[in-house]
Amino acid sequence: MKDKKVLIYGYGNPGRRDDGLGIKMTELIAHWSEAHHLEQIEVDSNYQLNIEDAEKVAGYDLVIFVDASQETDLTNFKLSDVVPDDKKVEFTMHAVSPAYIVHLTEKLFNKKPETKILSIRGYRWEFEEGLTDSALLNLERAFIFLQCKLMNWLDVKFKGIKCQEEWT
Amino acid sequence: MPKKITIEPVTRVEGHGKVTIMLDDLGKVTQSRLHIVEFRGFERFVQGRPYWEAPVLVQRLCGICPVSHHLAAAKALDVIVGAGTGKGLTATAEKVRRLMHYGQFFQSHVLHFFHLSSPDFLFGIDAAPELRNIIAVAQENRDLAYQGIMMRKYGQEIIAATAGKKVHGTGAIPGGVNKNLSTEERDVLLKGADPLNADKMVEWSVSALEFFKHYHKNNRDMVDNFASFPSNHMSIVREDGAFDIYHGVLRAVDHEGRKILNDVDYQYYNDYIEEEVRTWSYMKFPYLKEYGKEKGWYRVGPLARLNVCDFIPTPLAQKEFEEFKAYTKGKPNGMSLHYHWARLIEVLHSAEVIRDLLNDDELQGKDLVVKGTRQNEGVGVIEAPRGTLFHHYKVDDNDLISMANLIVSTTNNNEPMNRAVNSTAKAFMNGQPQITEPMMNAVEVAIRAYDPCLSCATHALGQMPLEIKLYNEKEELIDKKIKG
Repeated sequence: MKDKKVLIYGYGNPGRRDDGLGIKMTELIAHWSEAHHLEQIEVDSNYQLNIEDAEKVAGYDLVIFVDASQETDLTNFKLSDVVPDDKKVEFTMHAVSPAYIVHLTEKLFNKKPETKILSIRGYRWEFEEGLTDSALLNLERAFIFLQCKLMNWLDVKFKGIKCQEEWT
Repeated sequence: MPKKITIEPVTRVEGHGKVTIMLDDLGKVTQSRLHIVEFRGFERFVQGRPYWEAPVLVQRLCGICPVSHHLAAAKALDVIVGAGTGKGLTATAEKVRRLMHYGQFFQSHVLHFFHLSSPDFLFGIDAAPELRNIIAVAQENRDLAYQGIMMRKYGQEIIAATAGKKVHGTGAIPGGVNKNLSTEERDVLLKGADPLNADKMVEWSVSALEFFKHYHKNNRDMVDNFASFPSNHMSIVREDGAFDIYHGVLRAVDHEGRKILNDVDYQYYNDYIEEEVRTWSYMKFPYLKEYGKEKGWYRVGPLARLNVCDFIPTPLAQKEFEEFKAYTKGKPNGMSLHYHWARLIEVLHSAEVIRDLLNDDELQGKDLVVKGTRQNEGVGVIEAPRGTLFHHYKVDDNDLISMANLIVSTTNNNEPMNRAVNSTAKAFMNGQPQITEPMMNAVEVAIRAYDPCLSCATHALGQMPLEIKLYNEKEELIDKKIKG
C-alpha cells in the first residue's frame, strides 16, 4: 500500500454540534499528514456526499469516509467496509450514502477502490457550533486509531503514537 | 370504509415529506395534502448573533442550497452596512457574487434533472422502484449519467473558487466580497481540459435540452396534461424585464399574463406578501395580500421565472425561451412538468453567463467592499434554483440580530405543490380498484417537478414525533399512530 493514494473524506454539518465530527477528523488528518510529509494522503470534506464524489473517489486506491453516528450501541467508533449495493435505492439525494457513491464509481468509472467508513459516536445535534466533550473524546480515540491504521497501510512508522495491537 | 393512503417518505426530493390522500367509500379522492414533517428553528437561532455572522450561519440551513442563503443574507446586510441594495457594490464584488450564484444554480438544476427526474423520463412513471434511480440511468444511458456528474462537479468548482470553500464558504460579506477570482482560477474554469471547461458546459446544456424535447415530443399528451392548472407566477426580474436571478424588482403575473405585482422594490415585500399558517403543516402558505388567500397564491421557480420575464439576455437560452413561449402562444405556462423544460433553459442560460463572466477582467479587480451609513434593517431577495428566496433582518444598536424572517423558495411553492398533488391523485387514483406503486410514484413525480427542498422550508423548535391520523369523510378521527 506504500505508494497507493488515500482519500480521507469527512462529511456533516459543523453547525449542528456533533455532526461536525467527520469534518473535524479531516482537519486533524490534514495537519498530521502534512507534518509527516505523507503526500499519498489527501483529505476532502462537505456537508454531505454528492453524486460527483463518485468521480473523485475513482482516483484513489483507498477511501475512508468519516461521519458522525447516532447509533446508541456504538461505544466510541467503528471502521466498516463499504459494500456497494446495486439493490439499494436511496431515499433522498440529500443524503447520498457511501455505498451509493461506491456503486456509482464502479458503474460509471470502472474503478473499485478499497472503501471504508469510520463512524464516530456523537450525542447532540442541535444548531450550535462545537463538539460535545464526549464526542471530542471519541474523536481523539478515533484519530489515534486512524493514524495507526494509515501507518500500517502505508508501511510507515512514527514515534509518539501508541497503537493497540488489534488496530494494526 | 374511507381509506387514507400515505406516501412516506417522498423519494428523490431533498429532505423529508409525507403525502396524505383521503378516499371516500367509492374510492374517489376527497382530499390530499403534502405535509412537511421536518422543521427548523433557524429564525430564532440567529437572533442575538452579530449581524456579520449571518452569511455564514445561514448556510447551515441546508446542505443543498447553502450558497443561495449565503448570498440572500449578504444582500440584506449590504443594506444594513449602507452599501445599498443591488447596484451599490463594486463591479468586481457583484460579478464574483454573480459567478458564485450562477455556479450553484447550474449545479443544483443539473442534480435535479439528471439524477432526480431523469429516471422518470428514461423508464416512465410506471417503472419498478428499483429502476427509479441514477444507477439504473447509468446502466441504460451511461453518457447521461456521466454528463450529470461532471456538470455538477464543474458547478461545485465554481462555488469553491468564489466562496472560498465548499462548507461554510465566506466569499460574500456585508458590502461586497472578500476575494476576487485569480487568473489561475479563471483559466482552470474557462479553459480546463475536457470536459471541465465553459464551452463543454454550454454544449452539454444544449444536449440536455434536446433530450427533454425529444421526450416531450414522444409523450406530449402526458407531459402537457400532468398536474396542469392555471396560477399566478412570481419572480424577480431586471428593471428592463430581463431574466435575472441575482437582483431585480419583484414582479408577479396572473394566469393570463397580466401584471399583478408591478416591478416593486423587494425591500417592501411585507407590504405585498402575507404568510398563512395552516394547522396541518409546519410549512406556511404565502400569498399576495391584495388578492387574498384563495386567489393570491403563486408559483415560483423555473416555470414562474420564464412566465414572468420578458426575455433572456443570452443568445442560446433566448432562442429556447422563444420556443418555450410560443408553445403556449405567449401566455403563461401552467403545466407542472414543463418545470423541467424551463429548468433546462435556465441550465443553458447559466452556462452562457458563466462563460461570459469568466471572460470578464473585472473578476480580477481589487476593489471589493463598499460601506456607507449604517441602517437597522435590510431585506435581501434572490432567485434560488427553486424560486424566490427572502431574507429579512433587523439589527440593534449593539450590532446583534434582533429579528429574522425567511421565506424560502419551497415555502412559496407550498400551495402549488398541494394543488399538483391533488390534481394527480384525482387523475390516477379516482375509482381505481387497486392503488399501485406507479400511481403513488405519479404523485411524487408531481412534487418532484417543483424540486422542493423540504429541509429548509419549515421553522419551529423542539421535538416532534411522526404522527399519522386517519379521518373519515366527516373529519372524525378514527385512527392514530405515533412514531418516535
